[in-house]
Amino acid sequence: MLSVRGLQAAYGASQVLFDVSLAVEAGQVVTLLGRNGMGKTTTIRAIMGLTPAIGGDIAFEGAAVVGASPDAMARRGIGLVPEGRQVFPTLTVRENLVATAANRLNRRDPWTLARVYALFPRLEERHAQFARTLSGGEQQMLAVGRALMTNPRLLILDEATEGLAPVIRAEIWRCLALLKQEGQAILIVDKNLSVLKRLADRHVVIEKGRTVWSGDSGDLERDAELVRRYVGV
Amino acid sequence: MDRSALQRGALGVDLRPGRALWLVAPVVLAALPFVADALGDASITTLATRIVILCIAAASLNLALGYGGMVSFGHAAFLGVGGYTVGMLYSHFVAGAPFLGFVPGTDQMLLTLPAAMIASGLAAAAIGALSLRTGGVQFIMITLAFAQMLFFLFVSLKAYGGDDGMIVRRRNALPFLDTRNDTTFYFVCLVLAAAWLGLLSRIVGSRFGLVLGGIRQSERRMAALGVPIYRYKLAAFVISGMGTGLAGALLGNFSRFVSPDMMHWTQSGELMIMVILGGVGTLMGPVLGAAALIGLETVLAGWTEHWQVVMGPLLVLIVLYLPRGLGSLVSRKAGGRHG
Repeated sequence: MLSVRGLQAAYGASQVLFDVSLAVEAGQVVTLLGRNGMGKTTTIRAIMGLTPAIGGDIAFEGAAVVGASPDAMARRGIGLVPEGRQVFPTLTVRENLVATAANRLNRRDPWTLARVYALFPRLEERHAQFARTLSGGEQQMLAVGRALMTNPRLLILDEATEGLAPVIRAEIWRCLALLKQEGQAILIVDKNLSVLKRLADRHVVIEKGRTVWSGDSGDLERDAELVRRYVGV
Repeated sequence: MDRSALQRGALGVDLRPGRALWLVAPVVLAALPFVADALGDASITTLATRIVILCIAAASLNLALGYGGMVSFGHAAFLGVGGYTVGMLYSHFVAGAPFLGFVPGTDQMLLTLPAAMIASGLAAAAIGALSLRTGGVQFIMITLAFAQMLFFLFVSLKAYGGDDGMIVRRRNALPFLDTRNDTTFYFVCLVLAAAWLGLLSRIVGSRFGLVLGGIRQSERRMAALGVPIYRYKLAAFVISGMGTGLAGALLGNFSRFVSPDMMHWTQSGELMIMVILGGVGTLMGPVLGAAALIGLETVLAGWTEHWQVVMGPLLVLIVLYLPRGLGSLVSRKAGGRHG
């Protein structure tokens, strides 16, 4: 589905990504691990077209997509839940969900307002509130719901549980597990190894802009010591 | 008795200032020409007509500026294109020679108003398509530059009066109505303004409007959700230009005169002041802003020829003490979407 090979990216003159490779297959949950500042978010941004890639290949659904604009990537079927949530504060919860809703890939059983509300009952309770009045956790749920309403082939979550209360985190993890059961492909950037080990199929570790390790959850168990050194939490 | 019950009043009617305005305003607006006649002061009707026409322009600019975050400093261009469409069609109608050899002139309002909207929509599409490749201060400057280019184009168009402008000897005609009657023309403008504001409120409340509001807050965020930003902004800009063109066409009919001054940057500035004065990004704000600005202008100009000396500080005070515009006086929700 998504295949990234030898990805390089830079902010102006300072190169951040040197050699990042990762792959997500249909129905898989893949994690992107690494310490802060190692290039996880930049990798996501480069895939999404928000930061231009200066080298390497990105293929999505078999098509080379290096250089595609963010909106083109979203229309191809990537739903991004960005770091820091970034809901639209002056739209209501419902408006945030429906404003960009789409089913461009003509899914047979698409995400609807009702399904998102069923997944996050909290959003239904608050449907008429302005998004800026929501708690951090609720905004995160809204950001996930908003991405789902675009009916993406691949959902990308950048630090989706960062800074949230443990109860809310658990809620988000529960939903991601449900999504996985439904066959949703997901790429997650997070640091919560213990949960990710159970949830994800494959893991990719990056260090200073390079992929230094990848494997499945079994490999992760075996190389626990090594991975811990890279992720270092 | 609690406060909300008090506000409801004896008849159970919601008497909060915002609601009251909605109930009272149509009555006042409908009665206005007759009151003016009774007072023997016909200038009240013409003043009100001018306000109503500029409400259309200000509300249209607000779609781009307030809801779409596109600070256009060149909207007078569309006002002028609308006005000149009326003027040029009229002069070709009188002369009997078709425009460009194939567009026959006309004095029928049912044709001139749509034509003005199409012409200004095309102008907005061309100017917007180029200007929207920039943003921020550059956008302000480029829209200003395009408007000034049109201004000088019409100044040099001697066939259409050059910088003297052109006179439209008779107002465009409507079937069954005598538009030369000032009261009738006032009601024609009033109905068109109500219809245009109604359409704008539908647009703002639609999904298109929600996306537009999202784009104003963060283009990147919207792009990452699959929204083709440029197309949405251009569409809003074109709608905004069309409304301003409609206002220009009415203005040309109202004063039976069009001139390059309609496109001057001071006119663009005046439209912006109306929007800011009334409340950016609110539906009724530009209406109040247009009424306040033109009303003040008229009153102050009656007192002293140096009325701008009073007007300037007054505007500064209003912006300082009512940062959300005059609209926040009548509606608590004014600007609620602009936090």
